[in-house]
Amino acid sequence: MVTGMPTPDLAAVRTEATTVKDTAGYRTFKVVNVVVLLLVCAVTLYPFVNLVAKAFSSEGFIAAGEVNLLPRGFNVETFQYVMGDAMFWTNYKNTVVYTVVGTFVSMALTTPYAYALSRRHLKGRTFFIGIAVFTMFFSGGLIPNYILVADVLGMRNTLWAIVLPGAISVFNLLVMKSFFENFPSDLEEAAAIDGLTTYGIFFRIVLPLSKAVLATMTLFYAVGLWNSWFNAFLYLDQKELFPVTVYLRNMIAAASPAADPTQDAVQIGANIQSVTMLLTVLPIICFYPFIQRYFVSGVMLGSVKG
Amino acid sequence: MAQAAGMVTTVPPIDDAPSSPPPRDEPRRRTRTTWRQALRKDWRLYSFVVLPVLFFLIFKYVPMIGNVIAFRRFRPGGSPLGDEWVGFYYFDMFIHNQQFWQVFGNTVILGLLTLVICFPLPIVLALMLNELRSRRFKKIVQTISYLPHFMSIVIVAGLVLQLTAVSGTVNQVVEAFGGDAIAFMQQPDWFRSIYVSSEVWQTVGWGTILYLAALTTVDDQLYEAARIDGANRWQQTWHITLPGIRPTMMVLLILNIGSFMAVGFEKVLLLQNPLIYSTADVISTYLYRVGIQSAQFSYGTAIGLFEALIGLVLVLTANFVSRRTVGASLW
Repeated sequence: MVTGMPTPDLAAVRTEATTVKDTAGYRTFKVVNVVVLLLVCAVTLYPFVNLVAKAFSSEGFIAAGEVNLLPRGFNVETFQYVMGDAMFWTNYKNTVVYTVVGTFVSMALTTPYAYALSRRHLKGRTFFIGIAVFTMFFSGGLIPNYILVADVLGMRNTLWAIVLPGAISVFNLLVMKSFFENFPSDLEEAAAIDGLTTYGIFFRIVLPLSKAVLATMTLFYAVGLWNSWFNAFLYLDQKELFPVTVYLRNMIAAASPAADPTQDAVQIGANIQSVTMLLTVLPIICFYPFIQRYFVSGVMLGSVKG
Repeated sequence: MAQAAGMVTTVPPIDDAPSSPPPRDEPRRRTRTTWRQALRKDWRLYSFVVLPVLFFLIFKYVPMIGNVIAFRRFRPGGSPLGDEWVGFYYFDMFIHNQQFWQVFGNTVILGLLTLVICFPLPIVLALMLNELRSRRFKKIVQTISYLPHFMSIVIVAGLVLQLTAVSGTVNQVVEAFGGDAIAFMQQPDWFRSIYVSSEVWQTVGWGTILYLAALTTVDDQLYEAARIDGANRWQQTWHITLPGIRPTMMVLLILNIGSFMAVGFEKVLLLQNPLIYSTADVISTYLYRVGIQSAQFSYGTAIGLFEALIGLVLVLTANFVSRRTVGASLW
């Protein structure tokens, strides 16, 4: 299903089919177009290149404004310094745990719900869809959420405060639902005739044949959780529970131009910041080609109905 | 509030459930099944629904009810729904607060700038990509331009702060042209440009995906007909391509208008500092500061409710106008 989606590339077919001679104006446009797109790529990549350069540079050259594309005063000591911080590893490990547990919880809630919503005969289906969709356009707001999670449910300083409040993404839910709706119904009917119950059909027929969409949704959730920081920032106040994004946030805040001058002792060098940032994005960058393909197909899947 | 950073923002496939055709195999039986029958027949399916519905009730709908503390005095340690009714006391309070109107103005300006600049650019980029003949080059540009979308907002903020630092790259360019280094993040005048630029950097590439998909659905025969009629490239784009992707444009525009008031809360919160509050403080960050940090829960909730209602009205209005004028709508 997912891999069979039309890719944006098909758009190129139209231009390739053009055999009529181009006008001078259009030829100029094509050159300008390529140049502009190359510039777009350069501007997009530059901050990352600069980040890598700074990560391997010494603080003196960075402060003097001499580090751009290449490292100056090349060294790997900053890496040793950052990786020598036990708190960094504790927080990095927390990120991994939050991502794994959160993704699992999200998938365990989203998948069965999406499947149930895709059964058109289900009584109350409109209501079940409605209560989900409405939350996309109106939400309880920051403070009522905070009171609920922190005070009423007592989830402060627990994993659940990170994992539960955003467990179901309505977007992902709707994408999955439309996937299940297009699932060939004869397969399920045949299974039902063979005596499988709804549970049997779901776990033994539907899920094994939905691996692509499950992988896509898992990645959506995992990347979101890996990158998230605000819930952790809001609900956790013990350093050893922070995810690495909050570790990084605190480091950046300490180096802010308006950081409390009385706490100037903790000015963090740009090289240390760069290394921390680099290590935080590393897994995303490593998996990027893989993630990107699935994300694109997931979004396309979602847009079929939109 | 956005729960997960880096969440995909795009067209949700909202299914208009009420208008969906009745199941094929079932002949139109007028006798509606009762809940008792439905439960007996589909109890396994309903068991799938229980936990998610509980999730929505607890984490989405209870906070909506929690909004009553905008009208009731909330005391930490007291009832989570407030102790006594105070009517519109807290609304009065922010309506007569100079600072609120400043952040309100900042929100509107920043929201409008984001909308005016970040909404059209992906369309332009998608059209440019669509004109490329080399498939491989196109793929490379796409892959690179999607990359920022996958970065945590914390990373984006970190990159922005480094690039705009006094010793950062932007200042080196300024100095190369003979200017003096500027402390960008200490001067209120610069915040909006910096915020919008970073927003463009982060969203423009990813924003092209849906347009590129929509572009593939434009009928080739239309282009041929136009060519025969002597339309040049530009006229083809203007009269065929753009109308062809108009439904996608409208849906995305409506969604953008819906998130107008929330203007990138997390990013603004990470980028701002007290020196530049006069331009960089928006409703959501102000709400966070007075509501959570200063623990004025009822006051903050009143502001949040006000903001959420404006957002809801905006999205409903945009949807209504769009349906009436161009026939494209979310539902």
